[in-house]
Amino acid sequence: MADVVTVPDAQSLSRTRLQRHQWLHNLGRAARTGRGAFGLSLMSFVVLVAVIGPLVAPYSSTDFVTLPFSQPSHANLLGGDLLGRDVLSRVLEGGWELLLMALCATAFGVIVGGIAGISAAYLRGHADGIIMRSVDVILAFPQLVFALLLVSIVGPKVWLIVLAVGVSHAPQVARVLRAATLDISERDFVKAIELEGVSPARVMAREILPNLVTPLMVETGLRLTYSIVIMAGLNYLGFGIPPPAPGWGLMIYENQIGLASNLWGVVAPSVLIALLTIGTNTFTDAIARVSLGIERREELTLLSPDLGLVNR
Amino acid sequence: MTGEQLTAPAPTLASPTGPVRLSVRDLRICLSGDLRADVVDEVSFDVAAGEVLGLVGESGSGKTTVALALLGHARRGLSILSGSIQLDGLDLLGLSPQEMRAVRGLKVAYVPQDPASALNPALRINTQLEEGLRAHPGAVNDIQGRMEEVLEEVRLSAGHGHLRRYPHQLSGGQQQRVTLAMAFACRPSLIVLDEPTTGLDVTTQRHVLDTVRNLCSAYGVAAVYVSHDLAVVGGLASTVAIMYAGRVVEIGETESVFGHPVHPYTRGLLAAIPSPERSELLRGIEGQPPRPGRRPKGCFFAPRCEMRQVGCAEPPPLISLASRQVRCWRASEVVSWGAAASEPIPTRDTTGATIVETSDLKVSYGRTEVLHDVSLKVPADCCVAVVGESGSGKTTLARTIAGLHTNFTGSLTFHGEPLAAGMRRRPKESLRRIQYIFQNPYTSLNPRKTIGQIISQPLEHFFDYSRSEREARIAAVLRDASLSDDFIPRYPDQLSGGERQRVAIARALVVEPELLVCDEVTSALDVSVQAAIVELLRRLQSERHLAMIFITHNLALVRSIAQTVVVLADGTVVETGSVDEVLEHPQDPYTVRLMADVPKLSVVTASAGGPQ
Repeated sequence: MADVVTVPDAQSLSRTRLQRHQWLHNLGRAARTGRGAFGLSLMSFVVLVAVIGPLVAPYSSTDFVTLPFSQPSHANLLGGDLLGRDVLSRVLEGGWELLLMALCATAFGVIVGGIAGISAAYLRGHADGIIMRSVDVILAFPQLVFALLLVSIVGPKVWLIVLAVGVSHAPQVARVLRAATLDISERDFVKAIELEGVSPARVMAREILPNLVTPLMVETGLRLTYSIVIMAGLNYLGFGIPPPAPGWGLMIYENQIGLASNLWGVVAPSVLIALLTIGTNTFTDAIARVSLGIERREELTLLSPDLGLVNR
Repeated sequence: MTGEQLTAPAPTLASPTGPVRLSVRDLRICLSGDLRADVVDEVSFDVAAGEVLGLVGESGSGKTTVALALLGHARRGLSILSGSIQLDGLDLLGLSPQEMRAVRGLKVAYVPQDPASALNPALRINTQLEEGLRAHPGAVNDIQGRMEEVLEEVRLSAGHGHLRRYPHQLSGGQQQRVTLAMAFACRPSLIVLDEPTTGLDVTTQRHVLDTVRNLCSAYGVAAVYVSHDLAVVGGLASTVAIMYAGRVVEIGETESVFGHPVHPYTRGLLAAIPSPERSELLRGIEGQPPRPGRRPKGCFFAPRCEMRQVGCAEPPPLISLASRQVRCWRASEVVSWGAAASEPIPTRDTTGATIVETSDLKVSYGRTEVLHDVSLKVPADCCVAVVGESGSGKTTLARTIAGLHTNFTGSLTFHGEPLAAGMRRRPKESLRRIQYIFQNPYTSLNPRKTIGQIISQPLEHFFDYSRSEREARIAAVLRDASLSDDFIPRYPDQLSGGERQRVAIARALVVEPELLVCDEVTSALDVSVQAAIVELLRRLQSERHLAMIFITHNLALVRSIAQTVVVLADGTVVETGSVDEVLEHPQDPYTVRLMADVPKLSVVTASAGGPQ
């Protein structure tokens, strides 16, 4: 029998490279859609403000440089806050900590929830019961209340807030990934590996996890959005980084009494939080759409052998 | 896309049965969007009243696209660019969407491939039948009467009882009869059947086919029957059109096309069909059909054709020859050639030491026993085929031996040692020595891993080879499976079904097993690919002296691969013996019936005269 030699053409080779890093591939495709580009630019703007902000802030965020609630002027572009500190400098310096905490909490929640969800679905039986019932218990607490509860017991420590928000994310992530894993673990390629006697942990990490890239990405984006909102909310309630350090949530709380004299002390941090959450949410939506094929382009019909012309 | 259109004038085939009802001319369907690649091009055919046209082709040939175009429908991403479809003088492609909707069901009816998903599980049969009749007021006066009548016509006995039932209360064959009844309800002029018997057992399939044939000739309905199964089409259609890469490559009376195929693709397809009557080597067609947008300039089949020559770089016209039309430059030479000679399979000694043995094996799902006292012996260097209809328990048997199913009693031994129930309790060594190949190559390979990683994984798990040794072994096993090294960095979704199954075979063989369990490994594949895979397995099994259990529902395949056959019916072994013995002189009535119901091409071709 003659050897079947099919030389991969340029198009399929470039696909091979992309597939090796499917999450990059998804990000790239999402960024090229209108929705994704919009979300990504909002996100990048806010992240840029938070990251570069501390370097370019005109004043120290804790110095009293003007009158309380003074109107914007040339010296203080966004006016002064309740103690006469520069609002612009506080806005520029108050973002990075919020972002970092939100990112850490998200990462923690996705990792813990992911491990719980995948194990529950793959191991089934008792493991499934125990994991999912614990998940139900955590799920019974509203997220913010759960975080507040922990913080009021132990005290407002940064690590604790990150942990609390992360733990409150885990159940949601666990549920989504459990559902996705249930489908994948029934496929024949998983059975084929099991037939070799490979350990369950290895099957989950090496065979199942790579097939969960899409739900993981979408879930991470979604949890990031929530983390930002909860972090800002906790900050608003006075938990988180203690004053006088600047924080967007804290700023909204501090300056709301002076809304009539200088509204920028409230509006500037609110707008940034809003842009960030809208940005992450829109971009996540774009990722979900491209990976589910809703934003499918014409060319894809040609590229994928499973679409289009195969009668199956 | 070819520039100059070299289409021959409209087909001038004599219509044997009656006036032409359906006439398709130069149908061209493209991918919508900028590319405008042809999916279907230059398709023309006529169907007379009472006649069945078989539209035959492999996956991706465009046969379903043509069938749907007959209903004025193009799947998402496709658009019907030009051509005409005339039904009783009415141009279907010129109709507005509203007018087309009025025609569907009334004049053109459709029978889908999978009745289980085509019927609404929440509605009773009578509701669903009534819907179609009520959608065309005036088509039938007495709706109730017509419903009972049409159920009678499709031979669903006890009309009343069936009308009140839900789809899940009917068997697969009965469900397909209901969809037939829905299609015939308004007495259409044209009926389009899209592989309606693919999911059915041979016996049910034969009954459904008989019904279709009788109804079409009795009511003068023109029928277009889409199928990849040449034997089924051979027994049903009076005319066949063989499609390849969106074009009709050969069209003519069934007897002459199948009896004396001219186009190299038709010849290849026919040589790939397994015969239940002879033990012969199956020959597949190497390569795969070109996808739209990637089709060659000249003859589309040329890259896979064994007979290609320089002239094949030009697109061949459809020429009339020996009572058919064929699209091949070398047709006039080929027409005088006889059928390709078939090679018999070398006989094998089947008296080796027993590798796997089951005795009084009882296997259950929950409390339901699905296998009763199954005893089976697989000698070394021998292939045992396990044959049965769906639900006979053949896959359960394979899974139990492989360790995927644990709930059994009775004895299961490997080299005389008892095998533990379930893979988790088996030693690593016995897991290596028994390898399992799954039915569906589309789910058995991890889509996120390269072919190299997929084959390397068991090698790393079972052996301690150096990296270079591993790579050498992977390359060698891929060569054995007739794949090149180019596949190593590729992902499964860049492969065709046949290539995927070869990868699955390579993955099983790379650890050098002693027993290969193949579970319906070709049922998801086209006939030309099936032939290549079966021949590959047969060759590898004899070269590597493997013991093999080959599970299949296709009795005809057994001859081309196995030495011993076990016939399963409802979880019980009804007949065991050497393949030749059992297939030539079946003893059990079940085997006799199974053999009789297998669609055979020889019945069609035997009656064909020589080429004119």
